[in-house]
Amino acid sequence: MARNLSMNEAVNEALDQEMARDPAVIVMGEDISGGTGAPGEDDAWGGPLGVTKGLSVKHGDRVMDTPLSESAFIGAAIGAACSGLRPVAELMFVDFMGVCFDEIFNQAAKFRYMFGGKAETPVVIRCMAGAGFRAAAQHSQMLTPIFTHIPGLKVVFPSNAYDAKGLLIQSIRDNDPVIFFEHKNLYDTKTDVPEGLYTIPFAEANVVREGGDATIVTYGQTVQRSLDAASTLAKEGIECDVIDLRTLSPIDMDTVLESVEETGRLVCVDEANPRCSIAADVSATVTQEIFGSLKAGVRMVTAPHTPVPFSPALEDIYIPGADRIASAVRQTVAN
Amino acid sequence: MPGTITPIVMPKWGLSMKEGTVTRWIVQEGDEIAVGNEIVEIETEKIASALEATDSGLLRRLVAEEGDLLPVKALLGVLVEGEVSDDEIDAFVEGFVVPEDDDEDDEEELGPAYLYAETAAGRLRYTSQGEGAETVLLVHGFGGDLDNWLFNIDALAAESTVVALDLPGHGPSPTPIPDPSVPGLANAVLEFMDAADVGAAHLVGHSLGGAIALALAASAPGRVRSVTLVCPAGLGPDINRDYIDGFVSSASRRQLKPVLENLFADAGLVNRSLVDGVLRYKRLDGVTESLTALADGVFPGGAQSWVEPGLIAGLEAPALVIFGAEDRIVPASHADAASGATVEIVDGAGHMVQMEAAPRVNSLISAHIARAAG
Amino acid sequence: MTDQPFSIDRDTLLDAYRTMKTIREFEERLHVDVARGDIPGFVHLYAGEEAAATAIMLHLGESDRIASTHRGHGHCIAKGVDVKEMMGEIRGKASGACKGKGGSMHIADLSKGMMGANGILGAGAPLACGAALAAKRRGDGGVAISFVGDGASNQGMFLESLNLAAVWNLPVIFVVENNGYAESTAMEWAVACDSYVDRASGFGMPGVTVDGTDFFAVYEAAGEVIRRAREGGGPSLLECKMYRFYGHFEGDAQTYRAEGEVENLRENHDCIKIFRAAVTGAGAVDPADLNAIDAEALALINEAVAHAAAAPMPGPEDLETDVYISYA
Repeated sequence: MARNLSMNEAVNEALDQEMARDPAVIVMGEDISGGTGAPGEDDAWGGPLGVTKGLSVKHGDRVMDTPLSESAFIGAAIGAACSGLRPVAELMFVDFMGVCFDEIFNQAAKFRYMFGGKAETPVVIRCMAGAGFRAAAQHSQMLTPIFTHIPGLKVVFPSNAYDAKGLLIQSIRDNDPVIFFEHKNLYDTKTDVPEGLYTIPFAEANVVREGGDATIVTYGQTVQRSLDAASTLAKEGIECDVIDLRTLSPIDMDTVLESVEETGRLVCVDEANPRCSIAADVSATVTQEIFGSLKAGVRMVTAPHTPVPFSPALEDIYIPGADRIASAVRQTVAN
Repeated sequence: MPGTITPIVMPKWGLSMKEGTVTRWIVQEGDEIAVGNEIVEIETEKIASALEATDSGLLRRLVAEEGDLLPVKALLGVLVEGEVSDDEIDAFVEGFVVPEDDDEDDEEELGPAYLYAETAAGRLRYTSQGEGAETVLLVHGFGGDLDNWLFNIDALAAESTVVALDLPGHGPSPTPIPDPSVPGLANAVLEFMDAADVGAAHLVGHSLGGAIALALAASAPGRVRSVTLVCPAGLGPDINRDYIDGFVSSASRRQLKPVLENLFADAGLVNRSLVDGVLRYKRLDGVTESLTALADGVFPGGAQSWVEPGLIAGLEAPALVIFGAEDRIVPASHADAASGATVEIVDGAGHMVQMEAAPRVNSLISAHIARAAG
Repeated sequence: MTDQPFSIDRDTLLDAYRTMKTIREFEERLHVDVARGDIPGFVHLYAGEEAAATAIMLHLGESDRIASTHRGHGHCIAKGVDVKEMMGEIRGKASGACKGKGGSMHIADLSKGMMGANGILGAGAPLACGAALAAKRRGDGGVAISFVGDGASNQGMFLESLNLAAVWNLPVIFVVENNGYAESTAMEWAVACDSYVDRASGFGMPGVTVDGTDFFAVYEAAGEVIRRAREGGGPSLLECKMYRFYGHFEGDAQTYRAEGEVENLRENHDCIKIFRAAVTGAGAVDPADLNAIDAEALALINEAVAHAAAAPMPGPEDLETDVYISYA
């Protein structure tokens, strides 16, 4: 049966059920159990936001706390992945990739190509991303484009609990390295989630609303903001297609192109900084592939080209909001 | 004589429906509405359909606007019989309160939405609605689930106790199918009836569920008061195996949508939500394997393996066969073999006739049950 | 069989010699071929360091794993990677171990337990920890070896890995191949501690320093730390002091060296010469047998070069293959 689960619970359940199904799956990360070696309780934290709480109780030493050494344990997860395990390593905040990026982009991403197709590296690196948590510049970034830029990596970004469970199970079963993003602002959002195991294939965007007048393409927490904008616009007689990309590499451009061919108008919404972003990528591809179908210039609604500010007053305007999205759509429709 | 005000409200189609979107008003303010008229198109998470009037009157006010997403029982419009002033209508709209649709309250008042029966085939989900003396058991077809009866359960529950189950291998928590054949599934349904305390029932089976109902009526006559076979398998050899294979193999919305359009006379009824619902089911672990085994068991080599129209004439229970004239899965001409049954062909409807022409099918089933119950 | 003072039987001694000599001929030939312009890209030669790779790898089976360095040809050969495929790879040929997509710095053969030479200094240490974790979970007594130079021994990845391996008690051995130079910079200057034994003890693990030109010293020391790892005793650090005969890369003018330094190394610190003198001097092996191996090694390399030279380059159709197992 389907239950209403939060994304937090859905991620936990996906890890729990895959570990139960496949003994090769292990989970590691800083404080992922919490309290290891300390005098108090084991499983004290279950990750900094409690996402992995309870897993170590059920799965014992397959849930491994690590020292604060991202290079070492992310690299170890990658080494274990090409030695027969299916590790799911948690890089806590994606902002920490700076200290272990070599193992991700020079090692995991390149093994298969560099070794002539003879390596398999079925590793999943889970990391929190995104702003809105009052966590300031080093704990709030949306570094998705850095990963999509790199051949050999797959990049997944669910916007809701149902997708999170299905995409995480798919990521664990996938034989390529996967960067699995979890937006910390979405952990508490709830959707119906089946009890059993299921998978959602990569490169299948989700058309979350059908309109016909303009196409909004986005992912992550701006999916809901785009839907809010679309509701507002519907009252003005402007009907939007809203496309949740779900996976950023591979990316489902077919669905985007089909939609824009019909609407002729495209607004790309991306919480990442604007330069070389997913929004820029989608804009460029659409412009190159179906320029003749466009009835108006493509618009991007992104974060500004700044670090994430701390002050709530600034952070709230940093993240693309429904108002900005709606206004961008109005501009394309006005043309 | 003082006039009466009747609200038109957001319907509740199926147990899981919480809200719906008003996609188009079919009628306009000032129109005279008769019972059964299609008045507004509603889209839910499951399906798009037209709401038919359950009351008559003059449509004096359209409250909901096209595009509005509203909860179940929200006010959509106002019907009036007799003399009512605009002020009175304003006051009615102003004062209208959407009844709470809280899950916990529902469970207290109506019992839980879903029940589970422990059978030899595993735990099967079902629902039981209504409190009538006669029990109606609804059996869905290949790849379906109890939500295939979305537009039928409430209508039939007005007079009967309506039980609808998920067959083994189907629904949101599918169990393995122990014996993927028509007799095997008929046995699974009989075990379900035992587990769910359904003594004797009026069986209504759709598609493969029709064959199952017929097999069960023949093998356990004491448990079957009547049978209604809706676009049933089991009456002839033909089956649209391309549909079956497409249903099993389609992995994406893009692949699946044209496959599902075969189910309806009006392909426009296959909306995003309906496709997503089927994809959600198909993406569960084990479903592809289970459906493949079932397809190979009941439709091997592109033909039905269990063809027993002759059983109808021998049934103790009266039989009704309903086909959508435009059925593209099982040809309506198979009804010709249903000697001994009452046959109804519904124009303008396809394989999912119980959804596409729900009022007509509901009244045919109700009448059939009433006759059989004597 | 002749009485001899070694704990290693004659056949193994001959195998060890064959491996060392194959590595030497391989590298000497590359030195010539690079100069001739036959080899594209960067090449880092292992000549002079053969005893370490050979002695350590004698303790490993195919399921044991190694993570190598940019100077990885010797590790590859000692771990059993096919010499013809290596030579093809270094020439960028479709016949190469990595179909020409990796080159000298990325030769790998996971089926032989060779997790790759590595162009990123220190990056192999975490990977070896991962392989050791997998072995530990399998519970089959498998081990992993992380090779690192004295230069990369200062990398954060390496130092973090020492700590992680100790915390997780992994069956991994960190082999520091200390050839005295990090590219052109002296180890004495760049490594702040005086002894790798001290560095190991700082991470709570045993550290051993051996003369890397002494095959038998490496063999004994490696045997001990590998045995301990297989038995659940956790990680160790093994420093092999050694010398490289060539520059950091082929084309390095080596002006940082002392005058006469390389000549002295070749004359007095050649691990193969030392091995040969030891085994023949003790009467364990007949010099004629070693001479035969010399000829065989040379013939093998000539054959590998001929094979690689004749092999086709990859085609344009290969450019975009093997990025992912599946993508779409």
